[in-house]
Amino acid sequence: MNPIKHAYLAMEAWLNIAFSSEWNPLYNLGRLAFFFFWVVLISGLYLFIFFDTSLSGAYVSVDYITNEQWYIAGVMRSLHRYASDAAVITILLHMFREFALGRYHGFRWFSWLTGVPTLWIVITLGITGYWLVWDELALYVAMLSSQLIDALPLIPGSMSSNFVGHQMSDRFFTLMAFLHLLGQPLFLIFALWIHVKRLSLVKVTAPKGLAIGSLIALLVLSLISPAVSHQAADAGKVTAVLNLDWFYLNVYPLIDYFSAGQTWVITLSITLFLMLMPWLPPRKTGPAAEVHLDHCNGCEQCAEDCPYDAISVQARTDGAKFEHEVKVNPDLCAACGICVGSCPSSNPFRQKNELLVTGIDMPQMPINDIRDHMDKTIKNLQGDNKIIILGCEHALDFSVLEAPNVQVMSLFCIGMMPATLVEYALAHGVDGVFVTGCRTGDCYFRYGNVWMDKRFEGSRQPILRHRADRSHIKVSRAAVTDKKSLQQEFAEFQKHITTLNNAKTSAESADE
Amino acid sequence: MNKVLRYGLQIVNYTLFMAVVWYFSTKPPYHHLENDQAVITLSFSHATKLREACRKLSQQELMKLAPNMRLPMDCPRERSPLTFGLYMDDKLLTKASIEPLGFRRDQGVNVFRRIKVQAGKHNLRVWMNDDVNVAGPTYHYEQVVNLKPEQQLLLDFDAGSGGFFTN
Repeated sequence: MNPIKHAYLAMEAWLNIAFSSEWNPLYNLGRLAFFFFWVVLISGLYLFIFFDTSLSGAYVSVDYITNEQWYIAGVMRSLHRYASDAAVITILLHMFREFALGRYHGFRWFSWLTGVPTLWIVITLGITGYWLVWDELALYVAMLSSQLIDALPLIPGSMSSNFVGHQMSDRFFTLMAFLHLLGQPLFLIFALWIHVKRLSLVKVTAPKGLAIGSLIALLVLSLISPAVSHQAADAGKVTAVLNLDWFYLNVYPLIDYFSAGQTWVITLSITLFLMLMPWLPPRKTGPAAEVHLDHCNGCEQCAEDCPYDAISVQARTDGAKFEHEVKVNPDLCAACGICVGSCPSSNPFRQKNELLVTGIDMPQMPINDIRDHMDKTIKNLQGDNKIIILGCEHALDFSVLEAPNVQVMSLFCIGMMPATLVEYALAHGVDGVFVTGCRTGDCYFRYGNVWMDKRFEGSRQPILRHRADRSHIKVSRAAVTDKKSLQQEFAEFQKHITTLNNAKTSAESADE
Repeated sequence: MNKVLRYGLQIVNYTLFMAVVWYFSTKPPYHHLENDQAVITLSFSHATKLREACRKLSQQELMKLAPNMRLPMDCPRERSPLTFGLYMDDKLLTKASIEPLGFRRDQGVNVFRRIKVQAGKHNLRVWMNDDVNVAGPTYHYEQVVNLKPEQQLLLDFDAGSGGFFTN
């Protein structure tokens, strides 16, 4: 297995122990980044009350914020800086996660492609933030940023010449303040909106416990090591040693080794490479889901469950008595099959001895084939304590558990499984059904295991009916690195089924 | 898992995360310059001389033009390239020949160079040619400077004030 993926999953497992799957920061990286942005926004608004946007007043006002009103404004400044830094780490981890788990190509290309420039918007937002302090570091940032801009054929004059001598004007400084306070944040919000455009049910608020923990950690850091400025900017001086914020200002040292033009080539090449990664090599997504209107009553459950907003609801077009029908946008469809599990018509008890057709189906694995496969699998089971394992192809390869009395069935996603399929198996002579899938909180297709849990609980349609004996069903979750724990859980389940069967046999003997 | 142990592990993880935030937010310090270095910044904008002088068009040439374009004088807009050389103690620091901006090369030239040098007393010399019709420098400047560590010396140019000057 890919060692990067292995190491990453091990890290997630470690954090599951400390935080549980609900609060695991690695399952909530995007939401955590949003949380840090909230901290940055609120602390920034407070700082703006005291900040002087003039060239001569900026440093003095930041000095007041840092030293005179250290107990509130100073803490706010530190929160502003550290939350911005934490956001960059979170975004980088978010990118690394998608890379390590191979979740950046195929149908995910759009989110990856739009995510890369979004990171750059965040970086430039930080750069203008450092500019506003107007200390020695700000002058360094201003000077080198201008050199980078001058290397582009955009503006006829020289921007760099503004920062030597005493030529810089208040107007230019106010422009930077406007960019940092309004222009860039608005641009970032727009970029984030585009980034999540192809996803439905997007969560942008961090889990409460994780948010509280992160805020406390940021506060403690702000009190222990408050953010401070360098000396005030002096156009006649070039500071030899600078305390760079490496999360935001890492590109500038390159200019000491390469020209501004070469620095652009390096950074743009890296950016372009990252953006093209989904096609290196390209990964094809399977055929999109198909709607069979003659079996669709327009209940809209599939549209509600689709994690990629690929299903829309429209007025009925076939003259049937129902008000609505659903339509699949093939460009957005991830071919996860979750909609098949959502459709009440996917019930395998329907259309017995005829072709089972459901309201929405996957052409490469139709529900009728799934039922046929289930029938064959049941027939293949030999001996006592017959167990069927149902799982998804993106979690652990559970074929290792196969035995004469244990057969496995793999689906695109565990959310693809109609809950009634479990009941169907039990009704056709199977003693136990072991349902597995990706780790809780980490479904490869986003909501698959969430919807499955809710269907089993009876809180989301179509539910697993009460007549399905829960004591014969076990739900377990396992990533590719969780082989041992899955084997252990399965062994316990086998024991449990054996006990149930023995008890049943004893009861039947007693009756006779 | 024991709740206390779980919170303990969370604190460990938060601490590790914040340690990374804290460290890279200011460290390791970046040595932009050596402690005994200064910077000479050559920064100016200048509109160089026109490549060709205005010329009166002959009657024949005028007749070839559209009636509304028949101006008696032809004044080519293209300007000369700007060539310069900067030396410290007779050692070349930088030199370049820059074409004027614009599609017709009729705009000014921007020069911006930052050069790290050893602090101390030096003889600074700069020459410039802004006229393609003149051989050799059209401007020349020489000065002894005493640079302090971390000092930025600005070498500017203003044709109206007679040429180069330091700031």
